[in-house]
Amino acid sequence: MSQVAKNRRSGNDWLRDALPKLVLSPSLAMVLIFVYGFIIFTFYLSFTDSRILPSYELVGWENYSKLFRIRAWDTAVSNLLLFGSLYIVICCSIGLALAILLDQKIRAEGFIRTIYLYPMALSFIVTGTAWKWFLDPGIGLQTVVRSWGWESFTFDWIKDGDMAIYTIVIAAVWQTSGFVMAMFLAGLRGIDNEVLKAAQIDGASNFSLYHRIVIPQLRPAFMSAFVVLAHMAIKSYDLVIALTGGGPGTSTELPATFMYSYTFTRNQMGIGAASATIMLMAIAAIMVPYIYSELREKK
Amino acid sequence: MRDYFGKTTAVAIALMATTSVAQAEDVEVLHWWTSGGEAAALNVLKDDLASQGIGWQDMPVAGGGGTQAMTVLRARVTSGNPPTAVQMLGFDITDWAKEDALANLNAIAEGDNWNVVVPAALQKFSTHDGQWVSAPVNVHSTNWVWANKAIMDELGIAEPQTWDDFVAALQAATDAGYVGLAHGGQAWQEATFFDGVAMSVGGPGFYQAAFVDLDEEALGSETMKEVFDRMATLRGFVDDNFSGRDWNLATAMVINKEAAFQLMGDWAKGEFLNAGKVPGEDFLCFRFPGSQDQVTFNSDQFAMFSQGDAVSAEQGALATAIMSPGFQIAFNKVKGSVPARTDLDASDLDACGQQAYEDFKAADASGNLFGSMAHGHANPASVKNAMYDVITAHFNGEFDSAAAVAELVTAVDIAK
Amino acid sequence: MSSNATATVVRTGASARFVIYTLLALFSLFYLLPLYVMVVNSLKPLSEIQSGGMMSLPEVWTLAPWKSAWSTAQIGVEATGLQPFFWNSIVMVVPAVAISTVLGALNGYVLTKWRFRGDTIIFGLLLFGCFIPFQMVLIPMARMLGLVGLAGTVPGLVFVHLVYGIGFSTLYFRNYYQQFPTELVRAAMIDGAGFFTIFRRIMLPSSGPIAVVCIIWQFTNIWNDFLFGASFSDFDSQPMTVALNNLVQSSTGVKEYNVHFAGAIMAALPTLFVYIVAGRYFVRGLMAGSVKG
Repeated sequence: MSQVAKNRRSGNDWLRDALPKLVLSPSLAMVLIFVYGFIIFTFYLSFTDSRILPSYELVGWENYSKLFRIRAWDTAVSNLLLFGSLYIVICCSIGLALAILLDQKIRAEGFIRTIYLYPMALSFIVTGTAWKWFLDPGIGLQTVVRSWGWESFTFDWIKDGDMAIYTIVIAAVWQTSGFVMAMFLAGLRGIDNEVLKAAQIDGASNFSLYHRIVIPQLRPAFMSAFVVLAHMAIKSYDLVIALTGGGPGTSTELPATFMYSYTFTRNQMGIGAASATIMLMAIAAIMVPYIYSELREKK
Repeated sequence: MRDYFGKTTAVAIALMATTSVAQAEDVEVLHWWTSGGEAAALNVLKDDLASQGIGWQDMPVAGGGGTQAMTVLRARVTSGNPPTAVQMLGFDITDWAKEDALANLNAIAEGDNWNVVVPAALQKFSTHDGQWVSAPVNVHSTNWVWANKAIMDELGIAEPQTWDDFVAALQAATDAGYVGLAHGGQAWQEATFFDGVAMSVGGPGFYQAAFVDLDEEALGSETMKEVFDRMATLRGFVDDNFSGRDWNLATAMVINKEAAFQLMGDWAKGEFLNAGKVPGEDFLCFRFPGSQDQVTFNSDQFAMFSQGDAVSAEQGALATAIMSPGFQIAFNKVKGSVPARTDLDASDLDACGQQAYEDFKAADASGNLFGSMAHGHANPASVKNAMYDVITAHFNGEFDSAAAVAELVTAVDIAK
Repeated sequence: MSSNATATVVRTGASARFVIYTLLALFSLFYLLPLYVMVVNSLKPLSEIQSGGMMSLPEVWTLAPWKSAWSTAQIGVEATGLQPFFWNSIVMVVPAVAISTVLGALNGYVLTKWRFRGDTIIFGLLLFGCFIPFQMVLIPMARMLGLVGLAGTVPGLVFVHLVYGIGFSTLYFRNYYQQFPTELVRAAMIDGAGFFTIFRRIMLPSSGPIAVVCIIWQFTNIWNDFLFGASFSDFDSQPMTVALNNLVQSSTGVKEYNVHFAGAIMAALPTLFVYIVAGRYFVRGLMAGSVKG
């Protein structure tokens, strides 16, 4: 809108220009104060000697140097990388596959969709118990399969320090892949049929229909899925605590459990804040370029 | 809660919130006693207060032995809306007292002679800078061994008096096809072992130096390595499925004659009693071999949070009720622990309870009453958890005893 | 609201359809197994559970665990079951989801159809805000709520959920509206339609699928939230998750797994109800086919 023209606008037009921004501003204000304000607050706290409650005495880099000497922190970070990447990749693959399958004029689609979605509805506080039973070699899958005759079947990952993290991946995928499917399905439903019909008339095979037209149009849905999954991977607290409690030993520690533990259980809020700051910087390092590249291409 | 009465009501009416307006004569209690037995114990207190016309506003937050409750507490205090009384353990009380969040109970304490009847080792937590800030409800001790008597009789094992006896007994049970040591692989349970083992290896002096004074030499000593070695020995006697198991399921193993022994605090007794087992006939309770004269304890206390300038009448009533002899006996009988006062008649408690009470009084008199490291009564939460990390990692085979000792020194240093 | 084009135009042959249905069934099995374990064990008396066989059907079928979870299980000092806490949760969740979804839709609309300088940065800010760990938020938020007198109240809790849900709602709607042809909106603007008219007449009617996704996400997260619910409620407004947690995480005493499972399923019923009802709107939007070349 030209600047000259703007000066000659009437009040009505000014309102029309300002209205979108007004509509957006409450959300922006809330986020600025309650997210970024708090991030700055936490950043500040990471340089203080906060123990049980915030304190404002600065102690320099002490919290950070302590953080890097803590064994569990290394474990937590490497676990997150492993868990996060597996989780995101598997969920997206399963979610996309199921969405495409379900989109094929399936009878009882609503029913099947609910079956895929319901895991997210259950609070992990209790589903954790069901999964623990399932994964426990003494009473779970291993016992059942052995009772069917396959004597040497072993599935004791949850009790094994090296493999326990994979059980968390399984449970996490179970919980969220249905929702990812729903997101992709919504994306699929938003695709204009006319384009597809035109391509069919031109003789395109089903495979190239999907490969060339549908999946590229799902890019915004991928972005949403990635953000949602990354968010869940980073915030996985209930799931880990319910399934393994961080164990065996400290082998399934994740940054979310680490942060909670240091801030609230161990009364070392300074170190908790330092770990949170590092987490956020790492997330920013990945997310910001990704978001930038996704957003830049649109218009 | 009372200070803000006016503001809260105004906002509530204005915004049509659904919270009801609190009466002036209620106590709001934050705790994590949510199982049937624990609730029965609390109901004793609730009824006591009800008879004085004081209402009980229940704010239970279970989980993690108090972890979640402590998180909620932080939010409540920060928002200026602390509960009246909060169930708390050990050093958490001290940490809150340092933040000036707790009310001064001296008036009530003096009136009832708390200084005399509560052991010094407990007062360390109930008081801060000479002020009483919380009322102890009970005393649990943690250096117990629980044994299935039938197995012991069957194998001809006598109550082990020394570490070597104990190992032999474990071996005998294992050889006979039972699980030697029933264990739930959670950090705090392994730390509970550690308490007893450390006490038996190094004695009270070592325990004090390493766990209370956090002396680097003691933490890094040969004695400490010996403690870890013994932990590794114990590791050999647990079954393969121990990881992540809840403690009461391990107790069930002993009750059901699948395992011979369990090292656990005296809350395990409740499981036995609930299953209809009789102490001395179906199960035995004895001190960890090598620590027979010592008692490592933890004590549930209700810390009173400042609601204004003075201690409110309701808080005073609650504190008095908690420390009253009648309540102490009734509560501990249901809960399975022993009273926090040393001047009571414990004949109402069961056999193990009476033994526990005698041990408690004797240890207090002889200077052998120590706060349990595993349960937050020897050092603050940060150090306790740092020790947990090393103990559980070592128990799960992530490094050997020598490395464990080095890790311990580092971990405690970071946590201080 | 169903359209005549609820699924794709892609055609599949009979053998392909067989494979499709088989795959769908296999995945259904994967998702249903834990639920099966939970349901089956919630209908057994405790003695059967203790004697093992987590996958086997009950020998004695009983509804007692369900009754217990609803009205007689120990939650704290009182043995009230989950019943009193449901309303607390509903009163908190419904406003939070409604406001968050509407705001998200409006934000998405603004960010895609009413572009202005800096709007990408604003979206980026909103988006990145999704990642803030709740542990960092608890203490400062408690302080803020205390300052304005909203601590321990339902509006306070609704506000907290709103703040931390807005990023996601905006994300969903913005990415969905991105695909909407802008020509239609421009045409309407030239015709003189206002901001809200366009939203109501053009954007909303086709927002079915994404609104469903957004509502499902928000409802689930807020309904199942424990941390904020426990920290920002008073003794008489504790949400259902806190009660469920108290039911399940008792540290001593016999673990009544059957009651736990019954309670968990009960606690999930409102969310499942939302999924089922919302699912009816999960159809291909009316936008499809309305824009020619």
